[in-house]
Amino acid sequence: MAVVSRGFGARRRESDPRLPPGQYLTEDFPVLSAGPTPRIEQGDWRFGIRTEGGDAVSWTWDEFMALPIEDIDTDIHCVTRWSKLGTSWRGVSLDTLLDAVETDAEYAMVHSYGGYTTNVALEDLLGGKAWVAFEFEGEPLDPEHGGPARLLVPHLYFWKSAKWVRGLTLMQDDEPGFWEQNGYNMHGDPWTEERYW
Amino acid sequence: MTVGGWRSARVVEAEQATPSARILRLQVPGWPGNDAGQHVDVRLTAEDGYQAVRSYSLGSYGTAETVELAVDEVPDGEVSPYLVRDVLPGDELEVKGPLGGYFVWRPGGQARVQLIAGGSGIVPLMAIVRAVTDAGAAASVRLLYSVRSPEDAIYREELERLTGSGGAELTWRYTREAPEGWTGPVGRLDEHGLEAAAWSPDSEPITYVCGPTGFVEHVADALVGLGHSPARVKTERFGGA
Repeated sequence: MAVVSRGFGARRRESDPRLPPGQYLTEDFPVLSAGPTPRIEQGDWRFGIRTEGGDAVSWTWDEFMALPIEDIDTDIHCVTRWSKLGTSWRGVSLDTLLDAVETDAEYAMVHSYGGYTTNVALEDLLGGKAWVAFEFEGEPLDPEHGGPARLLVPHLYFWKSAKWVRGLTLMQDDEPGFWEQNGYNMHGDPWTEERYW
Repeated sequence: MTVGGWRSARVVEAEQATPSARILRLQVPGWPGNDAGQHVDVRLTAEDGYQAVRSYSLGSYGTAETVELAVDEVPDGEVSPYLVRDVLPGDELEVKGPLGGYFVWRPGGQARVQLIAGGSGIVPLMAIVRAVTDAGAAASVRLLYSVRSPEDAIYREELERLTGSGGAELTWRYTREAPEGWTGPVGRLDEHGLEAAAWSPDSEPITYVCGPTGFVEHVADALVGLGHSPARVKTERFGGA
């Protein structure tokens, strides 16, 4: 039984069944990054995948834009407790991207410009659950929100949706990425509050 | 170190720090200790079971079972007005932590340290100032603290006491209103202000920047523009309610 905080609750917010436990609604789009925002020109941007066997594919911005593009409407949940409902994005599905390689790997390390990494299981990237997104609410993605392109894995806490994404390294065994080495959960399901170690 | 579950915490002291911010000291039996720069989740439960949770940086560090938060009231907030206006010594809440293993300072490194705070972003940097002072490492530390006006500075007296005369070097930046007799610049912190007060890129400092998103974005961009390696600039931004 939680301790009661005397007199708390006068300013409470409406609850919403779309909110995972321990989250609150925000209308803003807060920015959380561990360092300065990298500025990557579209012309310099590449997205690549390297398999566990060492095979590699990569796309330039123009090649990427020629892939099938999907509209995504989704809620997003940050481990710092805010959630934002009904956001809209455009991007390329990881199903499309991973179709380009032969792999038996079960995990991916996601790499970003600026050096950020995060680990995600392939089963969380495949099956219409993850995208590389380059548009937010009908506009090109701002650098501070991860533009030119970021990973979007909205069923996991948002630190898994790596900003400034530049590629995946596929791996047989799970390894911790940046925040996963700094106190945060290897998987990050908001509905079961997989927040911390 | 795993975080573990929620721990009961009792408010032992509540001190008005600015017109909109309060410093709260919480006694947390069994607190495992924390590094300077870490944060906690704070959970409040109403009589009818309704709960809300927010994250707050710790101004304290070390192994004591009394930890310190400084909370600035967010307009239209739900949790911060309770913590700033309503909570009293003796009241109870819960904390989980310590959290975060990146925006931290630990003794032992040789690098120079640059701290840059905007508003209530001072809180985790206050923990670092206290830690470097206790570790005898303050001579390699500079703090640049940007506030709207003198009365908005949390920890003003303690900072003035800990800095200078062999302690860390403190530079104030006033963005709206400076104290009487102030001869320095007034306005948003810019590259000139950073060049004048911060360690130079040549001296390869580790820089910690904490504050509202706009402040941190602006300062971090300016640091990179001045030649600081992005890998040596650690940021912590806050926003939302």
